[in-house]
Amino acid sequence: MESFTPIASTIGGLMIGTAAAGLLLFHGRIAGISGIAGGIFRREAGDMSWRIMFLIGLFAAGAAWSFFYPQDYVVEISRSTPALIVAGLTVGIGTQLGSGCTSGHGVCGIGRLSKRSTVATISFMITAALTVFVVNEVLGGSI
Amino acid sequence: MKVKIGAFLGGALFGVGLAIAGMTQPAKIVGFFDFFGSWDPSLAFVMVGAIIVYTPVYRWAIRTWQRPIWAPAFSLPTRKDIDGRLILGSAIFGVGWGLGGYCPGPALTSVGARSEEAFTFGLAMLIGVGAYQLFTRMRENRSGGTVDPQAAAMIDG
Repeated sequence: MESFTPIASTIGGLMIGTAAAGLLLFHGRIAGISGIAGGIFRREAGDMSWRIMFLIGLFAAGAAWSFFYPQDYVVEISRSTPALIVAGLTVGIGTQLGSGCTSGHGVCGIGRLSKRSTVATISFMITAALTVFVVNEVLGGSI
Repeated sequence: MKVKIGAFLGGALFGVGLAIAGMTQPAKIVGFFDFFGSWDPSLAFVMVGAIIVYTPVYRWAIRTWQRPIWAPAFSLPTRKDIDGRLILGSAIFGVGWGLGGYCPGPALTSVGARSEEAFTFGLAMLIGVGAYQLFTRMRENRSGGTVDPQAAAMIDG
């Protein structure tokens, strides 16, 4: 429990919610990162610039914030390169097949009281917990 | 131009929120699911914080707004059915999230922060996203039309 950050996490959550609400009010869109990224690969005319700019903003935030707070981006779990590649591929394919990720389903979808997104969130929470159980309890915390 | 700047600022606010929330530290994500080790409930506070802001704004907007400020109409999910693809896809995503400790937003913003782990994960993730979308488009072209326009448009986000 030593790393529990209820106040910072709530403040960060409020900011995420505000950004998602802004994207809805100004652009009429759901702030799902996997959906925004997936749309770029579909290359539909007139639907590209807001997606690209949102992702550039996300990228720029990391570049700027890490300059002052590099500790916010530390990786303190032990993962090999192959494990990271498998993780990235499954997140990429899974979010497209399942039409959303933590932001699209977990925040915006549950926020809209969507039954689909609630089921999706329960689904990915269960398999994430099972995966962490296997890695931490069976494999000793390193893969 | 203002539309582009607005989207940029939205992404930037989202990204800083992720960092402050602790979402860009894989150890905190793994810690949330580590019920048998030292459990870190922070992720629940992130989600509740975000939903507390989002839900009232969403309900107000869909009831009283004719259209968003910069777009002709709201583009919102319409499907209500629970299908196997939704559950299976989400389950696959969960495995990767637990394995790498990154979901898509934190991975991409951490690439901006020049994290090597995020770069490896993020590149693989974009390959996965791209491969899925290309595969979907090839299937559409073969069948001479859009197989599932809502699925293709990422109906849930």
